[in-house]
Amino acid sequence: MIALVFFYLASAVILGGALTVVLSRNIVYAAFGLIASLSGIAGIFILAFAPFLALVQILIYGGAIVIVIIFALMLTKLEDFRTLSDHKHWPLALVSSLVILGLITSAAFYLPVNLGSRTGVNLSVLAHNLFSQWAIPFEIASLVLLIALIGGVIMVREDK
Amino acid sequence: MIELTHFQLLSGALFAIGLYGVLARRNAMLVLMSIELMLNAVNINLIGYSSFIKATESYRALGHVLIIFVITIAAAELALAIAIILRLYRNKSSVNTDDINIMKW
Repeated sequence: MIALVFFYLASAVILGGALTVVLSRNIVYAAFGLIASLSGIAGIFILAFAPFLALVQILIYGGAIVIVIIFALMLTKLEDFRTLSDHKHWPLALVSSLVILGLITSAAFYLPVNLGSRTGVNLSVLAHNLFSQWAIPFEIASLVLLIALIGGVIMVREDK
Repeated sequence: MIELTHFQLLSGALFAIGLYGVLARRNAMLVLMSIELMLNAVNINLIGYSSFIKATESYRALGHVLIIFVITIAAAELALAIAIILRLYRNKSSVNTDDINIMKW
């Protein structure tokens, strides 16, 4: 019961932050809304008994990705988009996102899987899976990160 | 009691909000933030299924593994997208998606 209260609290934080990102006229407020939304998802991970993923979520999203976004906002001239305007066809975007919402909502009430009670995964089991069965994709992911790093440096380098 | 449906409805709502942001916003940085929201909606769905499905523990750990990969790819994608946006800002002094049409037929 208390878990449900915390779930609704985290949902309110997540959806409120997401609406701030999508509707705010000020891009810095949008970045702060993104922090709130991503931290709320860490709460959802804790409610699903995945404390390691909650830690990773706060560390990578709250500590790295949002900071990088705020740095990128500082490197571009902020006065240019202090007040933001939406696309002139925004009602079309609203309609299509509402259609997607309706599809997902109707699919949520049709569950063709065997459900058990809410349980977590032991961290040693997760580590054993990640480093035995999924070791090669894990190494490829590290290569992807390295290539993204090199590509980012090459793209923003000053031309000689 | 928290049910799997709660997770799915939250995930669907967050995905729809992110989709609206991608389609309606004109600033490239805000489009990027909305894509992050959509990726996180997928993560909520994965963790919900991973914790509620009736299966062995090593089978349920696959959801967690997939979430770790999604977070990794999201970080790489964000770094490259911000590099592209900074480059566009330097070349065209604008991050408005309506002004960026150099690859349009």
